[in-house]
Amino acid sequence: MARLNAATRLTNHPVGVLGGSGAILYVLFIGLPVLALLIRAAQQSDFFDAVTSDTALTALRLSLLTSIISMAVVVVLGTPFAYLLARSDHLWARVVDSLVELPLVLPPVVAGVAMLMAFGRNGLIGSELTSLGINIPFTTTAVVFAQIFVASPFFIRSAKLGFQSVDKDYEDVAQTLGISPLRTFLRITLPLASPAMFTGLGLAWARALSEFGATMMFAGNLTGETQTMPLAIMSAMETSLDGALALSVVLLAGSVMLLVGLGLLTRRSWQRR
Amino acid sequence: MLRVFAASSLIEAFTSIAREFEAENPGVGIDLDFGGSQRLRSQLEFGAKADVFASDDNRQMDILVDNDLVFGRPVDFTANELVVITVADGPVNGLGDLAKSGIRVVLAQASVPVGAYSRQALANLAADTKNGLGPQFESLVLANLVSEEANVRFVSQKVALGEMDAGIVYQTDVAATRKVGTIKTIPIPEAFNIKAHYQITILESSGDTELAQSFVRFVLSETGQSLLANHGFSTP
Repeated sequence: MARLNAATRLTNHPVGVLGGSGAILYVLFIGLPVLALLIRAAQQSDFFDAVTSDTALTALRLSLLTSIISMAVVVVLGTPFAYLLARSDHLWARVVDSLVELPLVLPPVVAGVAMLMAFGRNGLIGSELTSLGINIPFTTTAVVFAQIFVASPFFIRSAKLGFQSVDKDYEDVAQTLGISPLRTFLRITLPLASPAMFTGLGLAWARALSEFGATMMFAGNLTGETQTMPLAIMSAMETSLDGALALSVVLLAGSVMLLVGLGLLTRRSWQRR
Repeated sequence: MLRVFAASSLIEAFTSIAREFEAENPGVGIDLDFGGSQRLRSQLEFGAKADVFASDDNRQMDILVDNDLVFGRPVDFTANELVVITVADGPVNGLGDLAKSGIRVVLAQASVPVGAYSRQALANLAADTKNGLGPQFESLVLANLVSEEANVRFVSQKVALGEMDAGIVYQTDVAATRKVGTIKTIPIPEAFNIKAHYQITILESSGDTELAQSFVRFVLSETGQSLLANHGFSTP
């Protein structure tokens, strides 16, 4: 009854009506370009050739490889880090916490220039690395660096919120029962926080796949080495629209699959909770 | 207000030409947009509005002409040549060093005019039997390629920052590059070098073809040509 009232009130509410037209405009605004992309790509006779072209496959392979490595690093290092942030109320934890947000507001191009200044051959620590024979800029490693830089906050923030939502009492009870802290974390805390972690992973992965600015600045653009999907799209756009369309559709499909797949995982881990 | 799209190598030259033109035509403002000619051409194809386009090759112009985006006819207005730039204390001291293994080479993408010219020059050097660089020269240099950039200034900047050992740019880019970092230049002999012919045109999308026309005339005038010469450009 209360719900029905709320619904009828909403349709009569001036803000509710505005919200409806806002929703329609929004769906058109986001949906139309995506639809146009698909229609134009479908009109191409050689769409399949463009999708399976060497450039496209090489870029796709590199994008998948680098983003999987970045996500592995982010999850392995980011999970304990996020747990620490969730459980600690030290001053330094709060300082580090705000540092995690920095890549979210920093333009990726700036991130790329900054990484070049740090890890570049004449960079702050890059010159030492170079003398040790370690070479990061303009390599596939640099692509991974760029992706971790821009995408990690999405996972860490989400995982932190996930851990915060796990009542500390569960952990305390488990430990009074004699279960080791590590076991408690793996058996109780982690499964309870996993829906939030999957959501964060999905966002971070999508962000890593779409990374462009920092990669261009710090990793350059070389087929098979540093030319990921977004950079391949930029290069293709300047030579043939067909190629760019095909690559765009592939990247779009990849992102949507990621969104759906992780959405399903999130739901399953919610149900298991 | 006049909007001019121009190749990246024209940054300094066109900035001073625009300033001079504005001084001679009070009330007229010029909005300059620089980039790889292939990018600017592609933007124009997708509906970007500009009055004048200055490209460092004919290929981009021809595409615009074929798509009826050009008002009138493009004209040659200046020319340029390639040069190899290297890090000052780096491992590259002669053209032959470009092919040594482990050298980090940067070029513009093949779709960028200067990128296409660079590859042609490398092919010319490899094809010659007398200079001693050998038929493998081109492929060895290309195997050292670490990045392909979207415009010539991205190339020069990578070398100036010391990230790359060597790159190929226009000789007119050297002055601007020296402001970023210490570099050396290695000339490419006349016989193998490429002469880049720059073309300028008024665009169909121009809202003021008369003003655009007078800007183009100014570029072709003695003042315009001497400003280009000051920045190292040669006569078309």
